[in-house]
Amino acid sequence: MSSDDKNHQQGADMGRRRMLIGATSALGAVGVGFVAVPFLKSWMPSARAKAVGAPVEVDLRTVKPDQIIKVMWRGQTIGIMNRSKKLLDRIGGHDEQLSDPGSAVIDQQPEFAVNEFRSMKPEWLVLNMHCTHLGCIPQVLPEPGAYAWEADWPGGFFCPCHKSKFDLSGRVFKGVPAPTNLIIPPYSFLDNNTLIIGVSGAA
Amino acid sequence: MAKPASNLKKRGVELFNWFDKRLPISDFWEAHLAGYYAPKNFNFWYFFGSLAMLVLVIQIVTGIFLTMHYKPSAEDAFASVEYIMRDVEWGWLIRYMHTTGASLFFVVVYLHMFRGLMYGSYRKPRELIWIFGMIIYVLLMAEAFMGYILPWGQMSYWGAQVIVSLFGAVPKFGGLITEWIRGDYFIADATLNRFFALHVIAVPIMLLLLVVLHLSALHQVGSNNPDGIEIKEHKGKDGKPLDGIPFHPYYTVKDIFGVGVFLFIFAFIIFFSPDLGGLFLEHDNFVPADSMVTPIHIKPSWYFTPFYAILRAVPDKLAGVITMFSAIIMLFLLPWLDRSPVKSIRYRGWITKFLIILFAAAFIRLGMLGLGEGTIAETIESRIWTFIYFAFFALLWFFSKHEKTKPVPERVTK
Repeated sequence: MSSDDKNHQQGADMGRRRMLIGATSALGAVGVGFVAVPFLKSWMPSARAKAVGAPVEVDLRTVKPDQIIKVMWRGQTIGIMNRSKKLLDRIGGHDEQLSDPGSAVIDQQPEFAVNEFRSMKPEWLVLNMHCTHLGCIPQVLPEPGAYAWEADWPGGFFCPCHKSKFDLSGRVFKGVPAPTNLIIPPYSFLDNNTLIIGVSGAA
Repeated sequence: MAKPASNLKKRGVELFNWFDKRLPISDFWEAHLAGYYAPKNFNFWYFFGSLAMLVLVIQIVTGIFLTMHYKPSAEDAFASVEYIMRDVEWGWLIRYMHTTGASLFFVVVYLHMFRGLMYGSYRKPRELIWIFGMIIYVLLMAEAFMGYILPWGQMSYWGAQVIVSLFGAVPKFGGLITEWIRGDYFIADATLNRFFALHVIAVPIMLLLLVVLHLSALHQVGSNNPDGIEIKEHKGKDGKPLDGIPFHPYYTVKDIFGVGVFLFIFAFIIFFSPDLGGLFLEHDNFVPADSMVTPIHIKPSWYFTPFYAILRAVPDKLAGVITMFSAIIMLFLLPWLDRSPVKSIRYRGWITKFLIILFAAAFIRLGMLGLGEGTIAETIESRIWTFIYFAFFALLWFFSKHEKTKPVPERVTK
């Protein structure tokens, strides 16, 4: 004989008992759910972390032709590359090897960078350097040639972590782990020699 | 007048009885040690369970002492580890015990798991023991990963970057989840601080609980053995299994011998090669974390490399992450995938015997490939072994049910 049967024989109202147990458990579960919220939310970026996000100004006179400099903006490494005609010439001619040559995926770049050079001014590439696969910083390898991982390299960015490849516009090649092109952050030019990252400009 | 010595002994017995009436000391001793009958044919492979417990104790004790000097902030972490190594008295020894212990934990656990695979220790009625063991293994990986972040070197930082980004592959919510894990928009102070909390409190508590569950389930059904037969089916007049011997003193003594050999190896590594050529402590981790430069050759600790090779073998982010996690999930299913009429590899048919050896080879080879730089040849080879790794589970399921087995003896053999 189960304990339920025994209690029933002793005159307990089992329906009432089940209802009370159900109601108590349900209310308890709701309470646990509410209490869990503050603990889960405490893991989100704090007010202080959110506040550190001011735009960054860069003096472009410090970047020589074919050179890249890196600055920090919102904890992300941003590369600023001064592409000469030599480098710009290496960007065309391999569209069929790219996943998204026309920058069709939105949210990967501001409106003004939807073009072959993925930039506002062709010579200035402003790039979030973090690989769109798992966030490593790709190596800058602008020189074409044969490498261990690619027999015919057109020049671009190569991620050492999982071998993702991007061209000199940060466009991803097919058949690599990275799903999308490198991200272009919002930026604009204050004047001919000053770039500001974090404030989006019009094309 | 009574002799003082015997008087003292009487007092001792009285004191013990006082406690034993209030706390089940002798009941516990009888149930789990002196009265717990284990098969008499345990071999070399049965050292690793008790060794895993020993390493757990070593990790907890050394870990407690490390927290007394370590500072879990992005600003101070790297310097505080160097402080432990250079300025704290015997700090280098305590830290090397902890780092070497972490690697040897995985050595011991992998051998322990392979034992289970060989002798069918996960088969009915021991499915739960295997499940609890697998949860321990997953927790251990989380524990090792978060511990590796704490020194805040280059490998710590970029390892964290890569592993946390794995969760970004989740459709739609990926960005939110990674932000939630990091507590910032990049791997930052907040990330280090919470991983420290999880590493020193949350995960160890769960590990200890799981060890209790693992052993409770084991002692409920009794140990398997290299012949894969149930010793409880042949009991003597006294109700004790004929092929069993009390765990204490027989296996306690055996295990203490194992502990001796293990500690010899442990000490040798600590004193002569604590980084084991970059395998136990990676060279790039002696450089402080720099969020602007990823090391050229980034790779996880050796015990993760089989899964890392699987991740790298798949040329798609989401599919790669799913494949990698599936590689672990498949192991959970082993008790139900293996449908052989026998448990032990000794009596299996040649096909499944071969499959188990091939699976072990795939795991080891993938581990080696995961350490490599990821050349084209390595990637292609990783794909082949990844295929073999997963094929094992399907083929085991398919071939095990009707396989031609050798006759299983009634009683345990040598």
